Amino acid sequence: MLNIRKLPIGRWLFLLMFFVMSCPAIASATEVMVGGAPLKPWWFWPVILFFFCLLLGVLAVMAGVGGGVLYVPLVSGFFPFHLDFVRGIGLMVALAGALAAGPGLLRRNLANLRLALPVALIASTFSIIGAMLGLYLSRLNPNLIQSCLGGTIVGIAFLLLFSKNTEKPVVTKQDAIGLALGLQGVYWDDGARESVEWKTHRTLLGLFMFILIGLLAGMFGLGAGWANVPVLNLLMGVPLKVSVATSKFLLSITDTSAAWIYLNRGCVIPLIAVPSIVGLMLGSIIGVRILAVAKPKFIRYMVITVLLFAGLKALDKGLGLGFLG
Amino acid sequence: MPSMENQSLKPSKEQIIYANLLLIGMLAGIVIMTITYTIYVTGLLPSHVDMSLIATNWGKNIHEYQEITQSPHGWGWLYLLGKGDFLNFIGFTLLGTLTIFCYLVLVKGYLREKNWIFLVISVLEIIVLSMAASGLLGSGGH
Repeated sequence: MLNIRKLPIGRWLFLLMFFVMSCPAIASATEVMVGGAPLKPWWFWPVILFFFCLLLGVLAVMAGVGGGVLYVPLVSGFFPFHLDFVRGIGLMVALAGALAAGPGLLRRNLANLRLALPVALIASTFSIIGAMLGLYLSRLNPNLIQSCLGGTIVGIAFLLLFSKNTEKPVVTKQDAIGLALGLQGVYWDDGARESVEWKTHRTLLGLFMFILIGLLAGMFGLGAGWANVPVLNLLMGVPLKVSVATSKFLLSITDTSAAWIYLNRGCVIPLIAVPSIVGLMLGSIIGVRILAVAKPKFIRYMVITVLLFAGLKALDKGLGLGFLG
Repeated sequence: MPSMENQSLKPSKEQIIYANLLLIGMLAGIVIMTITYTIYVTGLLPSHVDMSLIATNWGKNIHEYQEITQSPHGWGWLYLLGKGDFLNFIGFTLLGTLTIFCYLVLVKGYLREKNWIFLVISVLEIIVLSMAASGLLGSGGH
């Protein structure tokens, strides 16, 4: 008899990935409808969604990406829900994840309030505009928003694949805006057993980048950790640990404003929102425990591959090519 | 010098209060969502929109969906708190308003420190988030 306790962690994770990858088959099987009515009972998809999000939460932690960036392309590609609902719930998922991570990051002084506040103001303002624009475009031409989402997801997959973040960037001289806002700090590096001082440069350009990040986050409901970290780390010269932590905390503010636009518009259906949020949060907790004993590099590449496939699928759907079904 | 460095390694008082508020609010939000969702799916309270009707229409865009299900916009759900489906909005609202309350703590701290730049940034953020939450922006109407 197979002893499941003896299965190596890598094989478990491969099985998880296999389940996630197999969802297109499950989804397409249920697309068969009789006279416009689905064959499955109402509870079928929420239950599948809960377990799917549970696994997604595990994989998101292993791959070092946010839940929202996986949720929107995968759920919109492989589940029968309209993109309007997926984007709204995607933001709630990203928001819940950021709220859960925020307290720990703030207490350990890894997330920096001084750095987060100006950036959050810009990103949250433009995420509102992005959300409104996204809903408007969706009404005007749903294929347009689908194609744009597909293009963005493909771009994110390449960004995750090729961007080489720097642990401790060298900033020789702080610029005037960074200095005026006091965008500098010290954090304790547990690994190196030393305190690390940091300061920003190219602050104005960095702040401008958050206009675009806010717009994309609101328009596609993606969260924005994938973009926050490279801008904070590579462009503004913030150490990687502080960038990751501040980015996660930042999402709790940026996603709040965009989520409200979708929430007020009625795009958050409780029947599918709650299993998504709770599933992903529980999955993240499990993921953190698995992370201690697993090698996440392989999972990261697999998640990027799935993301690339989901992006191409969204592009294919939006452009009406029909190559990927 | 080392004591100054140790001091700057520690989070500020406001940061700790912010973190504590966030933790309490987030946990409360999750518990409330779980309870209200259980009430909803077990049918302890009747729902405004039948679950089968949701399942047949969740593939349609928001405009069609709302027309068919007669679901409210903005804060209209407050009138439907007696319905199982809209009871879930208590948890969503808590998660959505948490950051605004946390910012109020920051405002108090920056005011005490006379840190005008960050005071203005915090106040502006509260305005932005409140505007988004108010439903005045882009919630549309019937």
